[in-house]
Amino acid sequence: MADTVSSADAPAVFGARGYPAALEWLARRAEAFVIPLAALVVGMLLFSLFIALVGKSPVQLYETMWRGGFGSWFSIQNSLSRGAPLLLAALCVALPARLGLVVIGGEGAIVLGGVAAAATGVALSGAPSSIVILAMGVAGMAAGGIWIGAVGALRHYRAVNETISSLLMAYIAIALMNHLVEGPLRDPASLNKPSTQPLADAYRIGNIPGMEVHWGLVVGIVACILSWLLIEKTRWGFAARIAGGNVRAAQVQGLAVGPLIVGFTALAGGFAGLAGMLEVGAVQGSANASLAAGYGYTGILVAFLARHNPLAIIPVAILLGGINASGGLIQRRMDLPDATVLVLQGMLFVVILFSETFYGRFKAFNPDLWKRGA
Amino acid sequence: MDATEIGLWGVPLAILGGAIRVSTPFIFVSLGEAITERSGRINLGLEGTLVFGAMTAYAVAVMTGSPWLGLLAAAAAGLCFGLFHGWICKFPGVNDIAIGIALMLLGSGLAFFFGKPFIQPSAPDLPAIPFGGWSDIPQVQAALNVNVLFLIGAALAVFLWWAFRNTRAGLILRVVGDSSDAARAMGLNPNTVRLIATGLGGALAGIGGAYLSLYYPGSWTERISSGQGLMAVALVIFARWNPLGCFAAALLFGGAGALGPALQSVGVTQGYYLFYAAPYILTLIIMIATSSPSRSLAGAPGELSITK
Repeated sequence: MADTVSSADAPAVFGARGYPAALEWLARRAEAFVIPLAALVVGMLLFSLFIALVGKSPVQLYETMWRGGFGSWFSIQNSLSRGAPLLLAALCVALPARLGLVVIGGEGAIVLGGVAAAATGVALSGAPSSIVILAMGVAGMAAGGIWIGAVGALRHYRAVNETISSLLMAYIAIALMNHLVEGPLRDPASLNKPSTQPLADAYRIGNIPGMEVHWGLVVGIVACILSWLLIEKTRWGFAARIAGGNVRAAQVQGLAVGPLIVGFTALAGGFAGLAGMLEVGAVQGSANASLAAGYGYTGILVAFLARHNPLAIIPVAILLGGINASGGLIQRRMDLPDATVLVLQGMLFVVILFSETFYGRFKAFNPDLWKRGA
Repeated sequence: MDATEIGLWGVPLAILGGAIRVSTPFIFVSLGEAITERSGRINLGLEGTLVFGAMTAYAVAVMTGSPWLGLLAAAAAGLCFGLFHGWICKFPGVNDIAIGIALMLLGSGLAFFFGKPFIQPSAPDLPAIPFGGWSDIPQVQAALNVNVLFLIGAALAVFLWWAFRNTRAGLILRVVGDSSDAARAMGLNPNTVRLIATGLGGALAGIGGAYLSLYYPGSWTERISSGQGLMAVALVIFARWNPLGCFAAALLFGGAGALGPALQSVGVTQGYYLFYAAPYILTLIIMIATSSPSRSLAGAPGELSITK
């Protein structure tokens, strides 16, 4: 009989419902891949409809997007460069999300991290470069960590909604950055575009050997891997996931939810601040208004598309980097405004959020509900 | 007294004028969000609706020459965004806060996409009533130049305050917002009520956006809004979902927002960005002061997700 219990020393080739165990294993895991991929495809189709309605060819658009994003070594490197800050910006959203918090103020942490790093780099001029770069990283992470950690503290200790407070803090941070960059920290030589004093060449972050992409990409990937290990393999991550499911249950269990929330939000902010430091150290060379380039907001989309899984953030960030990289080409070749890319991102975001309703609804992914098989 | 010598009196005068001028979009967006939140939904996407409404109003006003048609178009566009938010949030498992963020991004993206050709042309403005005509001093005249929409907004606030308490529609709205189960027991469909409430909220936000592009600042650019939609959501909580409270809080925020330009007009340019951040800081302080982890917010609609 197919559903008798098999003997203990032989591996069960057939699962409890009579299908091959491998198939049942695959079916359970497939949901997490199939639904997001389907959402991505549906999002792209809806966007194609939109493009067709405004009178352009969707096929040409996707072709241009491919060429601009991944069609040549040059475009791949462009995509990787644009994806690098997104890795860290997305972590700023994904880590608190595992705790059940929706934090969208990464832009503020990036900006302040950049300013702090620039100020540190200038203040320590003359010191050995490895020390300065390390200090800049620490300063960037500290600034961002304090900023978003405050959001977490306000949420736990004062019940202030973290979505609204983090976005308000982002606006405040950008105003603070503008004030510092045009005032106390301004480089007198920068007339057209106020910025801090440029960093000495020795303190700049260089490119990965053989590529035109800076080391920030590696930093981002490492941060994602470490985050995944933290969430899935450590007891703090386990505690965080419990708190994310039900705060009261976590507290009843004796978990110190407050320090957990503040710790995770501070880490999330630290990663965003690091992204700001990398923008200053590797790309801009100084802190100025260009720091507020919208990475924080794109990071929100990356995190939700990756369903807040740090490992999934890596490919999604590169995909979005590619979409952004193709924006300029789309603008030139197809005479479409650069906001086209924003529309695509918005549509993908809405569709992926809508797809949340389909989890647990399809019998195909739940072998326990299958009819008894051969 | 010579008209140009009012000196430092210019600051409180400018703040008053600014409070009236800057608060108008806040009034409409917060009243709209008050309706939505009273029904038990939170719509963070109003920022995107606001921007899209601003673009629509400007574009239609440029194309038809009538600011009022632009206003109507903005309200219609806002209604569509609101209905979409209301529709998509009724599905189980969909996070209404996240959808709001997504619509914020989508609304802005669509607005910038369609609004590109309208950045240069100029559109007719919405009319204002010069209440300051009795004075010769230009600053007084400027401060008391009140736009029609401000007056409409004030009337709307009073009407909604009355309607929430004394009409059947107001009761239905409040029941759905306090308890879905009680509403269903009464034979109401909570999702339909929330759909309509969110749609209305979007329409009002669209009108708020129209004010931005058709009066103050009076032009369409990609920088037209800077978080007004979001601050309005915080404002509603601060005002305890009371329309009159929303009106008063909007005036407060308008005054805070006018602080920077007012100081600039008397020559104070140091720390300009910090004064520009005043409304955000004020919003944050108010949110901190009015939230408490032990007591649930007094008067909060029971079904609202952020108060649970």
